[in-house]
Amino acid sequence: MKKAIGPVILALGLIFMYAPILILAVYSFTDSTTIGAIRGFSLANYITLFTTPELGEMIWGTLALALGSAIISTILGTAGAIGAFYSKKRTGQVIGVVNQIPVVNADVVTGFSLCILLVVVLGISKETFVPLIIGHVVLSVPFVYLSVIPKLKQMDQSLYEAALDLGASPAVALRRIIIPQISGGIVSGFAMAITLSLDDYFIATYTKPATFDTISTYVVNATRGSHTEIKTALWALSTAIFVIVICVVIGMNIYRNKKDDREGGLV
Amino acid sequence: MKKIFARKYLGIPYAVFLLLFVVAPLIVLFYYAFTNSTGHFSAANLIGFFTDSNTIGTLFYSLMLALAVTVVCLVIAYPIAYVLAKSGFKAKAVVVMLFVMPMWINFTLRLTALKEILTAIEGNLAFHPFINSVIGMTYDFLPFMILPLYNAISKLDGNLLEAAKDLGAGDVQAFLKVTLPLSMPGIVSGVSMVFLPAMTNYVVLDMLYNSTYIMGSLIGSYFSAYDWHGGSMIALILLLIICVFTLISGSAEEDEGQKGVLL
Repeated sequence: MKKAIGPVILALGLIFMYAPILILAVYSFTDSTTIGAIRGFSLANYITLFTTPELGEMIWGTLALALGSAIISTILGTAGAIGAFYSKKRTGQVIGVVNQIPVVNADVVTGFSLCILLVVVLGISKETFVPLIIGHVVLSVPFVYLSVIPKLKQMDQSLYEAALDLGASPAVALRRIIIPQISGGIVSGFAMAITLSLDDYFIATYTKPATFDTISTYVVNATRGSHTEIKTALWALSTAIFVIVICVVIGMNIYRNKKDDREGGLV
Repeated sequence: MKKIFARKYLGIPYAVFLLLFVVAPLIVLFYYAFTNSTGHFSAANLIGFFTDSNTIGTLFYSLMLALAVTVVCLVIAYPIAYVLAKSGFKAKAVVVMLFVMPMWINFTLRLTALKEILTAIEGNLAFHPFINSVIGMTYDFLPFMILPLYNAISKLDGNLLEAAKDLGAGDVQAFLKVTLPLSMPGIVSGVSMVFLPAMTNYVVLDMLYNSTYIMGSLIGSYFSAYDWHGGSMIALILLLIICVFTLISGSAEEDEGQKGVLL
């Protein structure tokens, strides 16, 4: 009796989290416009998704924004973490505390305050994409910083000194000794930056150009409208993203297992 | 001498960035909250917020909603995290991954899915706005509650439980006196990751046709009306709530990489 209850709890939890996505996935392959009655198999939603220019622009725009802001965040946050880690203790602490502000702050407040500073006070036009990109960097850079700092702490500090003693310049030692040792943190920081940007609604709403939409802002606007063709095409988008996420997760697991095997083999 | 400088200087761009785009916006926010459209000092926004029954009602509704969402999340997430942490089955890593994975799917798309299901079940979403919002937010935030709880319970020293039982504690007593207090850091960090978003994420309400305002929606409506001063005051009040929250949970949140462990 007691043994059975654990799996039941997990199963219920998973049903709650996945049933809506899976049911929607099934319906995305039909011509129904509401959940309930299945009428017939149809790929119309996928055809709409891939042939409507508006949807294509929105998806590519979201991806470009995520990639661009994640690259900037990764460089800035990694450099910042290295700099803070080797600064005076006090300086490092101050940077660490300020770094926490966007993490604990509500996205609405972050987005709104950036909009006031950049657009209202400094007069930078939203159409330049500058406020939007800065906003997404503010959103994700603290997490890059937070994933790099632990790697710096774990790192063997004497290797860097050894490299310098052996004649490497600080720049070379940084590139060849420090960066490889913290690369795990940099990669997970980058991945985190991508997912945060893809998931964001609020910062984009307050800083984006009027005619540009991310997936989030587009979906929210679409649910307000009554355009059923677009609505069901978004079911197809949701399904496609779900499949991509599953593939990425499986790929990551295979990669990790292989790496573990290799490392295990060495020991 | 030179070598030390090289690494330290790497932090300068980031420090400047934080100053310009994290600290400066908050200062501007503060300035706007306490001035009026002519640029003069004014406490009208502050007084207005606390004397208007609508805004006080919004604050109250946000707190109730956030409280309900947090409790529901905790009640659902704790057993899941507990079973996950205690079980030793082989595919555990995969199951943990399954519980975290929804975080990587755009939340508006997930909400679209939930909305369609709820509509199919309830017919008209407008009849149960509060309950639907609680369901929507729970659906959205649950992984953020499960993960810190799972981390905290996994770290728990099994010997302590055995010791408690050797000393005569029953299952329930051992859980209440050992497991629960020791999973407190996880509870605190899970609660802080759910409570604040629940006060501000008005998109969940919008998408599920709950037209009642929460604190986030107030900022949204001031933004649409180009009323920077009124919006700033709401943002400032939210910041204050966040500060209080962070201070309370501060001691338990020493684990600064909590969110950084998500990947």
